[in-house]
Amino acid sequence: MRLELRGVTKRFGDFTANDKIDLIVEPGSVHALLGENGAGKSTLMNVLFGLYDADEGEILVDGEPAGFKGPGDAMAAGIGMVHQHFMLVHPFTVAENVMLGHEEVRGPAKLLDLGNARKRVKEISDRFGFHVDPDAVVEDLSVGAQQRVEIIKALSQRAEILILDEPTAVLTPQETDELLAIVKQLRDSGTAVVLITHKLREVQAVADHITVIRRGKVVGTALPTASQEELASLMVGRDVSMTVDKPEAKPGDVMLEVESLTVLDEFDHPQLRNVSFNVRAGEILAVAGVQGNGQTELTEAILGVVPTAAGTVKLDGEVLTGKKIKDTLMSGIGFVPEDRTEDGLVAGFSIANNLILDIYDQAPYSKGGVLRPSVVVSEAEKNVEQFDVRTTGVHATAGSLSGGNQQKVVLARELSRPLKLLIASQPTRGLDVGSIEFVHKRIVQERDNGAAVIIVSSELDEVVALADRIAVMYHGKIVDIVPPDTDRDTLGLMMAGAHEEDAA
Amino acid sequence: MTAVAPASTAPLEDDPVVAAKRWRTPIILAVVALLSLVVFGLGSVAGEITSFSISRSTDFFTVDTFDLPSRTTAIVASLVALALAAYSAWTVSQSRKAGWWLPVVFGISIMFALLAWAGAGRGATDIQITGLLTGAVVLSVPLVFGALSGVVCERSGIINIAIEGQLLAGAFLAAVVGSATGNAYIGLVAAPIAGALVGMLLALFTVKYWVNQIVVGVVLNVLVIGVTNFLFGTLLRESGNLNKNLGMADLPIPVLSKIPIIGPVLFDHNLLVYLMYIVVAILSVMLFKSRWGLRVRAVGEHPTAADTVGIKVNRTRVRNTILGGAIAGLGGAFFTVASGLAFGKEMTAGTGFIALAAMILGRWRPMGALGAAVLFGFAIALKDQLGIIGSPIPSQFLAMLPYIATIFAVAGLVGHARPPAAEGIPYKK
Repeated sequence: MRLELRGVTKRFGDFTANDKIDLIVEPGSVHALLGENGAGKSTLMNVLFGLYDADEGEILVDGEPAGFKGPGDAMAAGIGMVHQHFMLVHPFTVAENVMLGHEEVRGPAKLLDLGNARKRVKEISDRFGFHVDPDAVVEDLSVGAQQRVEIIKALSQRAEILILDEPTAVLTPQETDELLAIVKQLRDSGTAVVLITHKLREVQAVADHITVIRRGKVVGTALPTASQEELASLMVGRDVSMTVDKPEAKPGDVMLEVESLTVLDEFDHPQLRNVSFNVRAGEILAVAGVQGNGQTELTEAILGVVPTAAGTVKLDGEVLTGKKIKDTLMSGIGFVPEDRTEDGLVAGFSIANNLILDIYDQAPYSKGGVLRPSVVVSEAEKNVEQFDVRTTGVHATAGSLSGGNQQKVVLARELSRPLKLLIASQPTRGLDVGSIEFVHKRIVQERDNGAAVIIVSSELDEVVALADRIAVMYHGKIVDIVPPDTDRDTLGLMMAGAHEEDAA
Repeated sequence: MTAVAPASTAPLEDDPVVAAKRWRTPIILAVVALLSLVVFGLGSVAGEITSFSISRSTDFFTVDTFDLPSRTTAIVASLVALALAAYSAWTVSQSRKAGWWLPVVFGISIMFALLAWAGAGRGATDIQITGLLTGAVVLSVPLVFGALSGVVCERSGIINIAIEGQLLAGAFLAAVVGSATGNAYIGLVAAPIAGALVGMLLALFTVKYWVNQIVVGVVLNVLVIGVTNFLFGTLLRESGNLNKNLGMADLPIPVLSKIPIIGPVLFDHNLLVYLMYIVVAILSVMLFKSRWGLRVRAVGEHPTAADTVGIKVNRTRVRNTILGGAIAGLGGAFFTVASGLAFGKEMTAGTGFIALAAMILGRWRPMGALGAAVLFGFAIALKDQLGIIGSPIPSQFLAMLPYIATIFAVAGLVGHARPPAAEGIPYKK
């Protein structure tokens, strides 16, 4: 099956997410759609899959115009999609998830024919060596296995074109390799695969054709033989440095001591198990791990946002556990939350007000319990200038800013106090390359000012680039703390729970 | 597939913090058993007698009323409960799970102790075990229908706080239509229509206009109370023959109804009770074994996933909300035509909310909802029974019994029931 997009345009209000995009996908090939976060890749695929209507342009299947009114039409035409956020019903079994929407029934009572669904799952799983048990409940499966369930779901509908949307964002490096092997296998069996990604390594590994998208437009095509630098500059629109310049760390005394920290979720399941470590002043500890292995809970427990079931946190010799969050913050912690739009900013507030969320009640911003707007604005203007926030003014709402500029506002606020400890979760997620460089520079600068720094990132490249030491987390525990020159394969195995000596 | 076997995913048991929390259940059971021993056992006057009766004259064979020494009975029953608490503690120490029978047998023991104490020295008034259980089944009817309504709606992702209003609307229309036609069964048919109308309003505001589901539900309850009160005061009062006391005859099932205890408790009722059995059975099968059920549950758990495989999310929700309303409406008929009563202002008196609690305690499953509703029905029947024999407990406290049972059941023993993940969130494309 040959798929062609001609001049596809999709607008959301004034914003053009896709601008006259042309794309041809040939059967039995892997077509990589490369672009930064927010470039419009996912929008394009949602148009193709029938989740959005295109404003202009057409989609042709084997040369015939196809008007998909919904995902059902796209699936009937042989297009399958594995979404970045899996479309799996967690309490259902694998077989139930695969049959959903296409259930076969049997008997006079027309009850579900689970036996048949099981057989189909088994068949596809065996053909590609997926090792997926049809009766396993999806929420008990690892992320990698869930992804294979998604692929089975698409293949059971006889998909001839498989769209994978950022498939490796949640995988360990080893799981990524396995996925890429599966992609090659699918291609060899005649399936066309569209791989949406911003990771150059993967593109080079499997793609037959590469289309690069920037700001909603196709800016070029490339061959898989192109170098990483070439692909990156095409993707970003200018030359980029792929490394972080940072001077040698000069670690001082122990600043943060975390001892036997345990956190339970609302169902009393441990999210953090007996975690202990130290961070010195003037060093960056990067926490690596696949998302959802306790990193979020770790940062939130240090700050005190989530209740700790056991353990203590000491900053500069002073116990933080049990203190009010405000006191903890004021004792010298800067906190950049994982989800800046939800937890880092009040989207409807102005930039100026967002910049004083933590210190609104202190001089010089307030006097006698009354805010002093002129001071708030003038200080905000200084910060906006210093942190290079691209905005129409400090009265613009935080919600109107791009992701990179929002992150700069959060950083500006958190770094405006003298810090003993900076905690930043996924500091560059969804940011363009220019902002990433800026954020990294500021983080290193804070370290050199003598703060202890904890970085949580699911991007191994970022971890390796920033870290003075790397803590790898798996299943709520720190597997080990290793030096930054540990090789990627070893780190990958540790992210799956193996200890360093086993992994090396 | 993986090059290295991932570390074991089950080291949960050895976690000291988690283990500590598991002792809660045995501790609660032990405290209750000890209270029972002190209050019911040692609190009974020695030498008194409690009479229990279990048979009816129409049964195949009859068992005479039997007398038990109050104090000894209460003490023995409390000790049984204490032993069960100890067994529960043992299972925790062994990291095992106690069976579902444990809380049931525990509850029965405590009840027995309570009855022995309350009936001590009442002379002629027996504790009617069969009557108590029959009452539990009958009184649970509106709770079961209400809870099933909640299950049908919430499984598709719509929170149905309007059960109370749907019950009341069903009770009202059943009475009016039944009285107008002179036939209780036609009233029974009309009841679900009233409930479905309320369900339709709920669906309109929550699915189409994304109004907060709990707010709409509460408002609908108030609306139905207002409308029925108004019509009760005007229409029903002016034309005297629109609100009669109609009844539905009991239809004892041949043979089965003659079995002692089980017969009168389960198989000697009017049509609505049998309909309840049928609806529970059908919903249990349909929800977990049919295409409809799979899709409904998918919509309630992960609507986007359902949408991507071509399931119409909002259509499913609208249909289920209306169906749920109809089920609750049918349950509303219990208050009027099925009980032989005329309609009265606000006669449902909070039953819809207890039904909601039964749904949660039953973990969003039809059979679970049935069990929970019967438990609450039993609490109401017990209140009535204790009122009849004249217990030492003040009647005001007795009246609280069903609600106290509800609060304890939902807050304490339910543990961590997990509602459908997408419940209460409108699906916007």
